[in-house]
Amino acid sequence: MGQFTFLFGEIVLAVSALVLLMVGAFGGSKSTSFIRYASIVALLIFGFAGVFLNAQGSSFDGAFLSDKFSHYVKALIGIAAASALWFSRDYFKRERLDQFEYSILMLFAVLGMGVMVSAGNLLTLYIGIEMQSLALYVMAAFNRDSLRASEAGLKYFVLGALSSGMLLYGTSLIYGFTGTLDFAEIAMHLEQTGNPGAGIIAGLVFLLSGLAFKISAAPFHMWTPDVYEGSPTPVTGFFAGAPKLAALALITRVIMGPFEGMEAAWQQVIIVLAVLSMVIGAVGALTQTNIKRLMAYSSIANMGYALVALAAGGAGGVTGMLIFMSIYLITVIGAFACILQMRTRDGMVEQISDLGGLSHSNMPLASFITMMMFSLAGIPFFMGFFGKWYAFAPAFNSGLAWLVVIALIASVVGAFYYLRIIKTIWFDEQAQSFVKAPVSLSFLSSAAGLLIFPILLLPFVAAPARNVIEAAASSLF
Amino acid sequence: MFNGVPILSIITFIPLLAAAFLMLMSRLSRSDGKSQIEQNAPRVALITTIAVFILSLILVINFDNAEAGFQFTEEFAWLGAGIKYRMGVDGISVLFVLLTAFLTPLCIIASQASIKTRMLEYMVAFLVLETLMIGTFCALDMVLFYVFFEAVLIPMFIIIGVWGGKDRVYAAYKFFLYTLLGSVLMLAAMLWLYYYSGQVLGEGNATTDIRQLSQLNIPLGAQTWLWLAFFASFAVKMPMWPVHTWLPDAHVQAPTAGSVILAGILLKLGGYGLLRFSIPMFPHASVQFGPLVFWLSVIAIIYTSLVAYRQTDMKKLIAYSSVAHMGFVTMGIFALNVQGLQGSIFQMISHGIVSGALFFAVGVIYDRMHTREIAFYGGIVKTMPIFAAVFMLFTMANVGLPGTSGFIGEILTMVGAYQVNPWIAFGAAFGMILSAVYALHLYREVIFGEVTNEKLIGIPDMNMREIIIMAPLVIMTILLGVYPSLVTDITGASVDALLADVTQKLDMSVGQ
Repeated sequence: MGQFTFLFGEIVLAVSALVLLMVGAFGGSKSTSFIRYASIVALLIFGFAGVFLNAQGSSFDGAFLSDKFSHYVKALIGIAAASALWFSRDYFKRERLDQFEYSILMLFAVLGMGVMVSAGNLLTLYIGIEMQSLALYVMAAFNRDSLRASEAGLKYFVLGALSSGMLLYGTSLIYGFTGTLDFAEIAMHLEQTGNPGAGIIAGLVFLLSGLAFKISAAPFHMWTPDVYEGSPTPVTGFFAGAPKLAALALITRVIMGPFEGMEAAWQQVIIVLAVLSMVIGAVGALTQTNIKRLMAYSSIANMGYALVALAAGGAGGVTGMLIFMSIYLITVIGAFACILQMRTRDGMVEQISDLGGLSHSNMPLASFITMMMFSLAGIPFFMGFFGKWYAFAPAFNSGLAWLVVIALIASVVGAFYYLRIIKTIWFDEQAQSFVKAPVSLSFLSSAAGLLIFPILLLPFVAAPARNVIEAAASSLF
Repeated sequence: MFNGVPILSIITFIPLLAAAFLMLMSRLSRSDGKSQIEQNAPRVALITTIAVFILSLILVINFDNAEAGFQFTEEFAWLGAGIKYRMGVDGISVLFVLLTAFLTPLCIIASQASIKTRMLEYMVAFLVLETLMIGTFCALDMVLFYVFFEAVLIPMFIIIGVWGGKDRVYAAYKFFLYTLLGSVLMLAAMLWLYYYSGQVLGEGNATTDIRQLSQLNIPLGAQTWLWLAFFASFAVKMPMWPVHTWLPDAHVQAPTAGSVILAGILLKLGGYGLLRFSIPMFPHASVQFGPLVFWLSVIAIIYTSLVAYRQTDMKKLIAYSSVAHMGFVTMGIFALNVQGLQGSIFQMISHGIVSGALFFAVGVIYDRMHTREIAFYGGIVKTMPIFAAVFMLFTMANVGLPGTSGFIGEILTMVGAYQVNPWIAFGAAFGMILSAVYALHLYREVIFGEVTNEKLIGIPDMNMREIIIMAPLVIMTILLGVYPSLVTDITGASVDALLADVTQKLDMSVGQ
């Protein structure tokens, strides 16, 4: 067994994906439901395998790392993906899209994320990213009869291929100038030579650009609104959560691992990405009328906030990023569980104006959307505020106070468009009445609603959770 | 703690629990039971807020006037890493808790008649608002303070936006974004303070305890920036000229009880913040920026008084007069002497009662005629004699006539300012004359003269409910006017301690 215990979760995912594919191929449409539940179980096993086995070390000559950081991130990814799969059930059934391949694709995407998070080598990094991305491209175009979805999938694919090209080019430069692909050896090489040289810096910038595309950080964000709008809503909900975290974790690994010594170089890149993402995310969302496009800009802005924490560097910065992303994931899952409940008799609606007067007709849904939006806006009493507090606090240790001021002002601009949704819900006349939501969705939105209402949880949860996250972050160093 | 009971947390969170109870009941009940809950919601809210008022009376009675430090303190684990749940009151904050608990039941009574739609949600919003306001005054932890201070925006946004007037959406947005922009700058300063406390007290000892942070000797350069950041937040909240423009809009659009809470309590959060943060933490910067605040205050007093005179909407007139009266508060605070500080706290308490009463009074005639145009009214004294008498009293208190509570606060702050800069006191005194101009103008136009408008002929006088609301306000206005020691005895020790602390810090040299 030995080194295979480190990738137990990934093995479970790969085997169940292949087995379930066979089940689906031979069982036909009757097995779809079974495959979905089996996949949810597999995702949860994947998520918690690392935490429970708690095996720390590396496999395959350091190409696959297993540490507390990867365990924590994988647990979050597992939960986010399982929730995304769960909230897709009702949607696909009603849209007559309920095919078993969706679950399988999800498993492969998450398998890719697992490899990304654990990457200890530029090759595993690339394999992980491609495995994830190829599955995501197909998921974006899963509603193949819809023009918009096909367009979204194609756009995502073409631009994704471009970013993979940049990533590969950066990888080759780094390999050329250091003579190795292994993260630990790159770090050693940089330490020995002292001055990294232009070639490695160029390679690093290309690498980070390719990764920035995956987290949709500006200026590599162009695809996000179109893909978010075009994809089926549960797919969008999935895109906004787990893949973002996986790519951020990969960025963290790259800049805190092999290139830790080049902080001056990557910090500039991260700061530029952060500022542009926050500003473009905040300003771009102002005029959106489609709630999925709005969530796309919101996720761009939120990636900017997460990058503010990373820019601070060190274990403190990683802790801040992880706390922020944990809270962001809960909020996004809750928000999409709410958006999926926007269904009238004639089908799904996506315009913000369709939410008009929701507080008259559907008080619980109205309150949950309101809570999610206030949380995303970072207004206290909701977890979003604490996420921002922890994301921004480490920046002061690195003398980046000005970056925090920009972030806070961007979040005021952001508050405006979140408020617009709340205004529509509470102040406007009733526009549509939604059909009764299935239990799976209302359960998820209530669970997320309770989780972001911290007065119930903080005294008992905050300190232990913080310790876990701090341990995860310091395992990188 | 009070005999082992966390009384401050109980006072703070009872309204929130009641709100949760109401929400839960309406979720669980069948659709035919909904209307019953809708009917009973004001009753539940009233009982809750009266209970809170009684508890805060007990709090004030058991408050040790001679003790300058914080009393009834509580400390529980919260977020970890130096951020704890800390509560406590001193002489500066305890009366604001009482004021909040005093005004909220009156608002609930007033709303029972004037709010026509969505009673349940309205009561829930008000109960949540009470929790947040009391929490702000009790918080001894910077993060906890910010959480309460900022969260106030949520219920107020909903109250203005759902139950407000014609332009409610614009007013709600303006209120929210204006105050949020101010607050995030304060948040940046708080993050810096947290980081700095870790630098000074050693890694791992970073704290957000307001008491500990007040003992830090912050370098002068940083004090300037931090003071400005905190001031940005509190100046918007106060509101000070020139960032006061959200207030008239919010007041005009908000329902009566919303205006009362806005003028009575929310504006005081700014003044309280200055006393709790700016003065003790950044004394050097406070002295440095003192003249700036003085001139802003005087401009606010004179300019907004003139603006108030030209208003045609009663609520807008009172809103502008609020800005003028809060000018006295900032002037008193930055005089940095006993009279100034005592006066500013007194002025805040008094203004909370008087402006609240004035908004209630406008609400009384608005409920009858559904307009706040001054020109619409005239000669009301003939049909509403009781109302005319009550309105007279509060107009006089607003002008600052001796014998009413308004006089004490204004004279004390002016005495305080005179010691620092006589010209400022002169300007403020001129503003007092102007306040008589606009207040008496309003009174004459509305109450006296011929009944020009036929619709006013059959207007009924104040009913029992309105008299019940007004009676405590009338009593308090006169009582505080003739016996101000009620307030100054409680605030005395803490104000002296604050001044001694500031003087000591100013004598010490600090790094650049």
